[in-house]
Amino acid sequence: MTDVVVTGYGATTPLGGDAASTWDALLAGKSGIGRVTADWVERFDLPTKIAGTLAVEPSDVLPRVQARRMDRAEQVAVIAAREAWAHAGLAVEGDAEPKVDPTRLAVIVGAGIGGVTTLLDQDDLLESGGLRKVSPLTVPMLMPNGPAALISLEINAQGGVHAPASACATGAEAMAWAWRLLKAGEVDVVVAGGAEACIAPITVAGFVQARTLSQRNDAPQEASRPFDTGRDGFVIGEGAGIVVLERREFAEARGATIHGTLAGIGLTSDAHHITAPDPNGGGQGRAMLAAVRTAGLQTSDVGHVNCHATSTVVGDVGEAAAIRKALGDHPVLTAPKGSMGHLVGGAGAVEGIVTLLSVRDGIIPATLNLQDKDPKVELDVVAGEPRKMELTAAVNNSFGFGGHNASLVFTK
Amino acid sequence: MADTAEILSGLAEIVEEVAGIDTADVSADKSFVDDLDIDSLSMVEIAVQAEDKFGVKIPDDQLAELKTVGDAVAYIEKNQ
Repeated sequence: MTDVVVTGYGATTPLGGDAASTWDALLAGKSGIGRVTADWVERFDLPTKIAGTLAVEPSDVLPRVQARRMDRAEQVAVIAAREAWAHAGLAVEGDAEPKVDPTRLAVIVGAGIGGVTTLLDQDDLLESGGLRKVSPLTVPMLMPNGPAALISLEINAQGGVHAPASACATGAEAMAWAWRLLKAGEVDVVVAGGAEACIAPITVAGFVQARTLSQRNDAPQEASRPFDTGRDGFVIGEGAGIVVLERREFAEARGATIHGTLAGIGLTSDAHHITAPDPNGGGQGRAMLAAVRTAGLQTSDVGHVNCHATSTVVGDVGEAAAIRKALGDHPVLTAPKGSMGHLVGGAGAVEGIVTLLSVRDGIIPATLNLQDKDPKVELDVVAGEPRKMELTAAVNNSFGFGGHNASLVFTK
Repeated sequence: MADTAEILSGLAEIVEEVAGIDTADVSADKSFVDDLDIDSLSMVEIAVQAEDKFGVKIPDDQLAELKTVGDAVAYIEKNQ
């Protein structure tokens, strides 16, 4: 079976407006978290007043008319996809021949929540101004397949457009399905990833009521602290990560730069509880082991795990235990959410890119704000400074409300 | 009451806002679909904004008949 290689990537996150600036900020130990300036935080007296908003506003990047036809989640998806597409060397000028047959090109991009701000805005307009004030673009802006469909229009992808939805595992699950499609030989290239932009009163209120968000409002940059004893919940973020995945033969034949290999994947489900992870970590462990197995590797080959760890009390400890049980006590961990918060549907994709770069460049970013490691986390977690380390293989974990577990294995 | 030139320039501003087409390109002889590449969703937005700006009603069956910018200007002028 063919290998699946990564030939391009793009991102827009609370740390930077593209993948390179995000990666640099992560290595530099910067935080993308701050106070929410919107009035609704005070209006509804929300106990959480912090979030990871985008470092670069989409309206500063997209032409005005394009921006007004898209939900914010669609905007970040398109921005990251354009970067990834150009990075892969697949963008062509004008009417030049495309470098991939459009019918052999697919898009798999999802969102965890989707166009919620469009729904709210248009509902306000309906209430205040009646039917005629509602935008005819309401449905294409709020539909969960909107980001994927808009990317397909950008790059003329005619080999299928898919939009997985698995909450916080969405971005990673998209890459996993892309891997399956490419392994099956159905297409040559897949543009895959996740996007989210749902920092809105209703989502923050909903997450607050589920008791999942940090309330460390007095020190926003210290609020997201995976694996630290002082953690009190995650910090919601926004952004997108998109990769270009190709069959290795196809990438080599066109002379593409290969940044790494998506070597294996594991998708499992807990069937335990709608939000709580299985306390035994069985589903998480099975996902990691499936990813290692499909990569044709042994657990001893996995030197590093880029964790889902969101900075919740229960989740972080559960994941660490699942890693220890499934892979052993040798992998070195990190948790990027300390720096950028939780990008929900975009998280797995951005963190997948981070994992890829760790393998490619031999360096693991530190987990920001990890000062006093929870004693229940019986593994080595990178803290303080990034760690240089040659890696054969690294696992990227993403888990989502609903009991979704997605693990990816990246190799050189 | 707006005269023909005022309606044309007002309509051009709406088309620029909704579809990003330079106001100078929005002339009476241009077809919304064939020349200006405006899709049916944007036409709905343009019609709603034109109704507000010029105090007219543009029912859907009338909107479908407004093929060119000139058609729209004439309709607005007659019905305002």
